[in-house]
Amino acid sequence: MTDEAHTRPDRAHSDGYDSAPGDENKIDVIAGTRGYLLGMTLAVLLTAASFWAAGTDLIWAPGVPIAIGVLAVAQMGVHLVFFLHISTGPDNTNNILALAFGILIVILVVGGSLWIMANLNHNMLPMDQLMQMQR
Amino acid sequence: MLGKLNWTAIPFDEPIPLVVSIVLILIILSVLGWITVKGYWPYLWREWITSVDHKRIGVMYCGLAMLMLIRGFSDAIMMRSQQSFATDGGGGYLPPEHYDQIFSAHGTIMIFFVAMTFMIGLMNFVVPLQLGIRDVAFPTLNSVSLWLTASGVLLTNMSLVIGEFARTGWLAYPPLSELKFSPGVGVDYYLWSLQISGVGTLLTGVNFVTTILKMRAPGMNMMRMPVFCWTALASSLLIVAAFPVLTATFAMLLLDRYLGFHFFTNEAGGNPMMYINLIWVWGHPEVYILVLPAFGVYSEVIATFSGKSLFGYRSMVAATMAICILSFLVWLHHFFTMGAGADVNAVFGVATMIIAVPTGVKVFNWLFTLYGGRVRFDVPVLWAIAFMVTFVIGGMTGVLLAVPPADFQLHNSVFLIAHFHNMVIPGVLFGAFAGYNYWFPKAFGFTLNERLGKAAFWCWFIGFYVTFMPLYALGLMGMTRRLQHTDNPLWDPWLHLSGLGAVIIMVGIGLQIAQLVVSIRDRVALRDVTGDPWNGRTLEWSTASPPPFYNYAVMPNVEGLDAYWGMKASARTEKHEQPEYEPIEIPRNSPTGFVTAFFAVVMGFALIWHIWWMVLLGLFGAFVTFMVFAWRKRDEDELPADELARMELERAGAPA
Amino acid sequence: MTIAIVDQGAVSDPHARPVYRPFPGPASKRIVVGYGFWIFLLSDFIMFSAFFAAYAVLSGETAGGPTGKQLFDLRTVAAETGALLASSFTCGMSALAVQTRQTGKVYAASFFTFLFGAVFLGLEISEFVRMVAEGAGPQRSAFLSSFFSVVGLHGLHVTAGLVWLTVMLGQIATRGFIPTTMRRFLCFALFWHALDIIWVALFSVVYLMGAAA
Repeated sequence: MTDEAHTRPDRAHSDGYDSAPGDENKIDVIAGTRGYLLGMTLAVLLTAASFWAAGTDLIWAPGVPIAIGVLAVAQMGVHLVFFLHISTGPDNTNNILALAFGILIVILVVGGSLWIMANLNHNMLPMDQLMQMQR
Repeated sequence: MLGKLNWTAIPFDEPIPLVVSIVLILIILSVLGWITVKGYWPYLWREWITSVDHKRIGVMYCGLAMLMLIRGFSDAIMMRSQQSFATDGGGGYLPPEHYDQIFSAHGTIMIFFVAMTFMIGLMNFVVPLQLGIRDVAFPTLNSVSLWLTASGVLLTNMSLVIGEFARTGWLAYPPLSELKFSPGVGVDYYLWSLQISGVGTLLTGVNFVTTILKMRAPGMNMMRMPVFCWTALASSLLIVAAFPVLTATFAMLLLDRYLGFHFFTNEAGGNPMMYINLIWVWGHPEVYILVLPAFGVYSEVIATFSGKSLFGYRSMVAATMAICILSFLVWLHHFFTMGAGADVNAVFGVATMIIAVPTGVKVFNWLFTLYGGRVRFDVPVLWAIAFMVTFVIGGMTGVLLAVPPADFQLHNSVFLIAHFHNMVIPGVLFGAFAGYNYWFPKAFGFTLNERLGKAAFWCWFIGFYVTFMPLYALGLMGMTRRLQHTDNPLWDPWLHLSGLGAVIIMVGIGLQIAQLVVSIRDRVALRDVTGDPWNGRTLEWSTASPPPFYNYAVMPNVEGLDAYWGMKASARTEKHEQPEYEPIEIPRNSPTGFVTAFFAVVMGFALIWHIWWMVLLGLFGAFVTFMVFAWRKRDEDELPADELARMELERAGAPA
Repeated sequence: MTIAIVDQGAVSDPHARPVYRPFPGPASKRIVVGYGFWIFLLSDFIMFSAFFAAYAVLSGETAGGPTGKQLFDLRTVAAETGALLASSFTCGMSALAVQTRQTGKVYAASFFTFLFGAVFLGLEISEFVRMVAEGAGPQRSAFLSSFFSVVGLHGLHVTAGLVWLTVMLGQIATRGFIPTTMRRFLCFALFWHALDIIWVALFSVVYLMGAAA
């Protein structure tokens, strides 16, 4: 690969230019533990909220999936920030750009497929009826 | 005991596959025997099979691609000749069940094992050299990628000898590819070969994204990177984004076939259209994965042989990254006729036209680079210029097809065949040939024979037009694709012309083989002494031909775009003082790649033939291989500074 | 990829032109390995998204068979979610212990990570067995095929993670906290947390939205 003398030094995981994803800049066990505890608490709260939203009558029915979706996105954010230590500092730029790219593709694949397939299904007979027409 | 495997798997009753299989087996056995007799195994094992050096891996990828080009082309010439003979409502020499396998194998091999492998091979060889570094981010993983691709190649070609190949076309649409309508092993060969090589390709994508973004020579900001590295980055990002979808879609089809799931079946709610949707979510980015590195090759070649820096570097970079993103917004244009409404078709149609714009930007940049330069018409530039003319024609037919009402007439006609060959051949294949001729001296230390190179070029160029332009006419006359016979006398002259074109291309391929043989024979006379036979602009030309295994004794400090040109301009290429050498870490060779691939072949073969105990055996073997790798004592060897100094001195003082 | 960054040590002057930071050369191995694995994880997310897309499209195709609402037991799902979340927390604890090279803490936290992960798997497998026994196996309908696939794929990843964790503990036991082992543990932690992120999407879209429908 490359000689260590010319690679950037491995100081506390951030070499001043870049950080590995998942790494925190300082290794402080107390602060680190507090971070994970806070993250877990938030995640538990958001999970409980999701389960409640799914079963409650207090939310207008068509809005329930949206509520669940928003809570899910929020919880993913909590995981990313508190467990994966993704930040917006310049040493994390590459990590965030990669994540953004991935999210974009996921949205295109899932959203695009849903839109296209809904359109196709709307215009086409259901498969079993279509098969019957072949006979 | 042996699942579905029995003696009927061998095509004793089909003369053509039988004869071909016997010939192939004889050739392979004689090559292996020759290697054994000459005692080359230790050298091959040490220097090539277990090598993790990106240069060696790149050469092996390109070699694999060229071998598969011959296989894929044999399929092509069989198809052309069959269609040329069988113009009377029947006849020809290939029965339909065989013809179907041939066109399926042709597409599969050409896309996955020729185009992908060639581009990945060029990326492998060139990118670390151009970035001024010693190897990719994950050298052992690189070797795994190569050998997994080779596993896919082996499995696909095995289907010729044992069993059969898919008869479904190169994308294996359900419901035809479901178990009910393809109960044989053909589709399974197809699926497992591509799943295995797909893993290899995905790992290559990860490797190169990491290498290009995290490992470059000091001073090489992103905007000082050669354009080939930008296109390699865009292509690798697309690989990382698109190949998982292919893996998932094939996995769903495999679940349908093996475990009776209902993703794409006609019953129990399955939806075959979902397969087509998902496979093209992969399929469209795939063609950009193929063409972007070729665009990079053209940028390098045109700039070098014009003696000017590339016109519009920033717009090239912008266009490349725009193509990268846009390629994920057009996939429905492959199935306009499947029944989506006008609104969906219109959105994707417009998006398809938009994606032509960044490519147009690139073409203009190349033209402006040539304009005002002192162009040397060496072989690589011939390929580049032929590409520009021919690709633009193909692009125009593409914009035509992007109009959904027009596509309704032309979908699945041979007009479509002409269009995509008009994109892939000048786009990817000419780029591969240009890159091959351009970087061959760097890889092997001697240039290729120029006359034969030019002769081969003209045969390909003329042959391409003679083969594929008639198909445009035929498509407009209503001829469908994948026909085993035709019965319209108006089509005959075009079909014959197309067959003639294929023969011309065959002569071209023969000349390319001759070029290689003659160049090897004349290698002393053709020796590249300076390391810079073309007066290049990028860093790879600052190394010897071939470069030492460590590439750069001291990593170059990059101060601008076209780093090597800048060095030459300020006459700093000769190191007059002894540079400060420091110890270098060299990644160790590893059999991990080869052994993993061996177990992948075992598992693939066992899964195809339903030999379940063999699957477990293969899985266990792969796991053990992984454990051995995980516990290896040293990842790298250290090359001490004085040893390095000695090698450098030897290299500098070596007689011409 | 940052080209123009204000030098972090400089006095902040809103009118100062950004200083070009020349690329300092290849990154350290830890960053290279971490980033490479991050890219691989993103490709894994995309693979899951294809299965998610299939599930979303086919979720209504019950072919006259049982629907999600009839089949899903949200208490089991809540227990699975709790187990996975707890295992993510203990994984974080073990990562801290690895950085500070506290072998005992590493084994303890990893043991609980494994335990909670195994609980998750156990619950999921029992759920699958129950559904198959009720005649709601993956061969029943497209909805069930896509359900078993997307949830099962996640379960397969969790299984692989448990195997990986065991191997990591073996590496620490036999080779100690050498840089290679530390890098691999970083990758494992990334993987484990990513699996929890995917589970959030799974339980929200498949189970909760399915049950609320």
